[in-house]
Order: sequence, then C-alpha cells, then structure tokens
Amino acid sequence: MLSRVLIANRGEIALRIIRACHELGIETVAVYSEADRDAPYVRLASEAVCIGPADCSESYLNIPRIISAAEITNVDAIHPGYGFLAENVNFAGICRDCGITFIGPPVEAMRLLGDKVQARKLAKKAKVPIVPGSEDSVPDETEALKLANQIGYPIIIKAVAGGGGRGMRVVHNDISLRAAFNAARTEAEAAFGDGSVYMEKFVVEPRHVEVQVMADQEGNALHFYERDCSIQRRHQKMIEESPCPVLEEKDRQRLAEAALRLIKEANYVNAATVEFLLDKDKKFYFIEVNTRIQVEHPVTEMVTGQDLIKWQLRIASGHTIRIRQKNIKHQGVAIECRINAEDPANNFAPCPGTITQYIAPGGPGVRVDTHIHQGSTIGTHYDSLIAKLIVHQKTRAEAIATMRRALQEFVIRPIKTTIPACLEILSHNLFVKGKVDTGFVERNF
Amino acid sequence: MEFPRGSGKDAAMPEKDPDIQKIKELIKIMKDNELVTIEIQHGEDRIALERAHPQQPIATGGPVLAAVPGVIASGALSEAQAGAATSASAAAAAEGTVQIKSPMVGTFYEAPSPDSDAYVEIGSHVDPQTIVCIIEAMKVMNEIKAEVSGTITEKLVKNGQAVEYGQPLFKVKPE
Repeated sequence: MLSRVLIANRGEIALRIIRACHELGIETVAVYSEADRDAPYVRLASEAVCIGPADCSESYLNIPRIISAAEITNVDAIHPGYGFLAENVNFAGICRDCGITFIGPPVEAMRLLGDKVQARKLAKKAKVPIVPGSEDSVPDETEALKLANQIGYPIIIKAVAGGGGRGMRVVHNDISLRAAFNAARTEAEAAFGDGSVYMEKFVVEPRHVEVQVMADQEGNALHFYERDCSIQRRHQKMIEESPCPVLEEKDRQRLAEAALRLIKEANYVNAATVEFLLDKDKKFYFIEVNTRIQVEHPVTEMVTGQDLIKWQLRIASGHTIRIRQKNIKHQGVAIECRINAEDPANNFAPCPGTITQYIAPGGPGVRVDTHIHQGSTIGTHYDSLIAKLIVHQKTRAEAIATMRRALQEFVIRPIKTTIPACLEILSHNLFVKGKVDTGFVERNF
Repeated sequence: MEFPRGSGKDAAMPEKDPDIQKIKELIKIMKDNELVTIEIQHGEDRIALERAHPQQPIATGGPVLAAVPGVIASGALSEAQAGAATSASAAAAAEGTVQIKSPMVGTFYEAPSPDSDAYVEIGSHVDPQTIVCIIEAMKVMNEIKAEVSGTITEKLVKNGQAVEYGQPLFKVKPE
C-alpha cells in the first residue's frame, strides 16, 4: 500500500481524499494556496505545504511547485482529484518521470481517451455505438458544410481537446454553420490551447447517462453501474442519481458492458467514467470518457456501498481486482445535489462572501461532502461548488422526499446558494416522474 | 508545544507562572496590533494563538483554553511551517525589519556548494541583486535575490530545510 500521498487539489475533494488515505493508514500531504491557508481540512493532513498565491496558475495548476512539494515531503504518489491537473497528460508524464505514482490512468491511456476523436475511433473498434459524426477533426468551413449535410441537421460542433461543455455549438441549418464553426474553434483554442473541432449528430432531448468503471494493471475491470446526470444547466451538472430511472435491466447491462469493452480496449487503469447519451428510443451513444474520479462519485458509493477513492488508492498501490462483477451490488436509489455559491434568482451569478451561519442536514440516508463550515470565506478564485448533498433510500420516491427535507434543513447564510433551485427542480412533476432530459432545466427555469 | 506546565489541571491561571505571563504578553501584542493569529518558534518550543473574529463564536476546549478566551493551540502543523508568514510579518514590521520570503517550494541552501561560505551572514549588507541563498526545486538550483537593500539581521531557516511558498527566510533591516 502507498505510504504517503500528496493531494494536488483543494476543497471538498481534497478532504475526501485525505479521509480515505487516513482510513487506509496512508499519510497525507495537502498543498494549499494562500487563499486556503486557514481551511480546516489543510490541518487534517499529516503535512501541508503552501505552494503559491490564490491564483490557480501560481498554485493548483503550477506543476513545478506541486512536484517540488512532492519531493520535499517525500511522497510515493499524487492524487490529482478532479479538475485542475487531473486530466493533464503533461503532469501525469512528469510524475512518472520523477518516479512519483500518479493516482489515475497511465499517460498513454489518458492521452488516447483525452482526444475526443481518437476516443470515438476506439469506441468504434470496441463495438461501442457512437453518435454519427466526423471521422476526424473538421479542417475548414467547406468540409464542415459538406459533413453537416451528410450527417443531417441538427448537428453539434465540439472541441477535440475539450470537455466540461466548452467549445461546443449546436447548429440547425447551413446559414448559421459558418459562424458557429469559427466561434467553436476560437473558444476551443482559448480554453484548451487547441482549436480543432469535430462534428456529431445532435441528439435531441437526450438523457446523459454515465457508467463508473475501475480497472487494474492486469486488464481486469469492473463496473459500478450507471448514473443519470440529465439535470444540467449550461452543460454543468446540477443533480445526479443512480440508477437511471428509465432504463430496463437488460439495457443497463448492455450499457455497462459497452463501457467495460471501451476501457479494456484503451488498456486503462484506475477509475474512469464512460459517458453516453440516451435518446428517446432508449438507444445509447458513446460521447466521451472522463479519465479521473468525478464530482458525483458519492452517488455510486451510496448505491454500491463501495469506497471509490479507496479503490483508486489500492489500484495505484498495485493491488489487483480480486472480486467478481457479481459482488458489486446495486441497492436502492441515491440522488446528489451540487450546492454552489451562486444566486439562482440572478442568473446564477457567483456569490462570494463569509458564511456566518452553517447548519448541515442530517438524519437517516443523508451524506454531506464539503470543506466549508461556519466562518468559511468563499472567494472568487475557485469553482463555486461548496457542498454536495447526497441521499440514499430504498425507492426513488423516498429518496426525493429525503432530499427535499434535507435541502430545507440546510442553512448556509448569508450568501446565496443554489439550494432553492434544487428544491424547485425536485418538486417539478417531470423530475418526479423521471421524464427529464439535458434541456429540461433551461426550458423550465 | 506543551501547554504551560502546571496549568493543565487548574481552572484559573496562576499569575506568577512565566509561561502564562508570556502568553498574556502575546495576547496584548495581538490586541495592540490587531493580529488574528500569531505563531512563535523558539528552538523546540512553538506556540500558536488564534483570536476570534469579532462576529464569530469563540472555539474553546479544555480547562486551560477556557481560562484564556480565544487561545487555540494548533499542534497539527509540521516543522516545515515553522515560520508562519502572516503574524511574523506583523511582528517584524513592529521591530522595523522586513522579510525575504521564499518565491518557490523547495530545499533551502545557504551556500553555493557544501564547502563554500554562506552567501550572507547576520550583519551582511545586501542590495536588491545580492544572491542570498539557493532554493533547489526539481533538481534545479535557483539563486534567490534579496530584492531589498539593507542588512541581514536574522536567518530564519536552516541549511537543507524544506521551505514552502511564502516562507520567511531572512530578516533584513532596510535602509
């Protein structure tokens, strides 16, 4: 087992990783920016190293400082969390070259799956259905026009090096194609340093369904079932649940098996999430793989009783999977609400400030993953996610009732949060009936 | 840091205990300078005090802490963080010195090589371009410049010590 791990992240995920490490007897090193100096989770780590000022580029994204911190504290491994450097091929490569275990996939697998065009090719090879689209990146406007007509409108233009919903444009006709093509390329260049884009058929009113997988160094892989993340606003997930409320057992099985085939085809190791779109006819199409642990991993932990971070640590330590797929059972329904420091009444504008009153919900079936507390100051340097509220009950109706109750108990004052928006969504009859898609939030709120 | 000897079991603090006197003096310095946290390291002893923000409830624990409102011992910090930047800067400002702080994470070396003399000593004069130490990061030896004119009054870290971003390295009396 690894003996000392540096967490190259902050906030709730850093705390999550510290907790798993300590339970496994692994020492931890927290790195922090000057803005996070007083965060209590920093003091929970065995050691802590200040790596820079608040700005991400000088701290959480600063590879030399993070590697330096790893060297002076003599760690075996680095856990990158999610976001920041978690899917940075360069960083993973540097860790490897410095003899530090990167808790995640091998560099080659990350590179392969991080390129959306290559990932689609791999999916095709693994007989995983993909959304009809361009074979390669689209070189120019003329090709774009030709392809769009071949595929058939509506189409979506996406960044090859992309993710997180950026560098995307939906196009309905020839007239808007040129402008959209160029806008997508410009955005992709700015966000990812690579302006290449590809094209797919735009699946109308899809559900977003993803499968959690875990693979070891010997090519064994397990799935931990699916999560439905259709409640999104501007491509940012707001609410996630497991199981997908509309899939029948055999379709869930086929989806999970497709995810495993793809992962094995990529010689993947450690945790990944394979994302699919589900159309109105329950046909699924692969869109991308996230080569990291995800924000919504607790949803899967609640329904399977498995600790995914501990799995990551064990796999990174060289342990192999010694249980069978049938040993991973799915029980009940879990729902997660992401709580952001944003004002839903003001177009979700970020709401920095100091939290003077904080009361977390509790009771049966409630889990809160957060780094904040009474007295926390939420700044503007980082993501607005301040807490994750997860509930787990036997049935979906009970889970919804518990989530509503827990959201109503949750006090975070005086800053504005997305708690009221989550409550509204959970009360909407379409959500309750499970009849939502990725456009639901934007259409109804 | 051990709590002041003899006071662990008492609800009230004996006035004459020198450690208690020291703590009281520190509290006064904190109030006078409106400091919120202060950490002092003297050899192997280290004490950290934290004052409550005006609007916040005071966190206390244990008989000694309850007797002195706002005293929170923070024992979880490692040796590498001995020079806490915020409070020590304020204390330094009070005595008319400034600090040279580490611009990177790495290992501090006081001399260009193991058998050379240190770049600077107490009393050395520096100007902005004077190299005061080396910080090794990822096998690269980075020469650190003073960026201030004055005289070195104190060395705050030891040769070969791991340092973090912002860690105070030297005290300088500016001219």
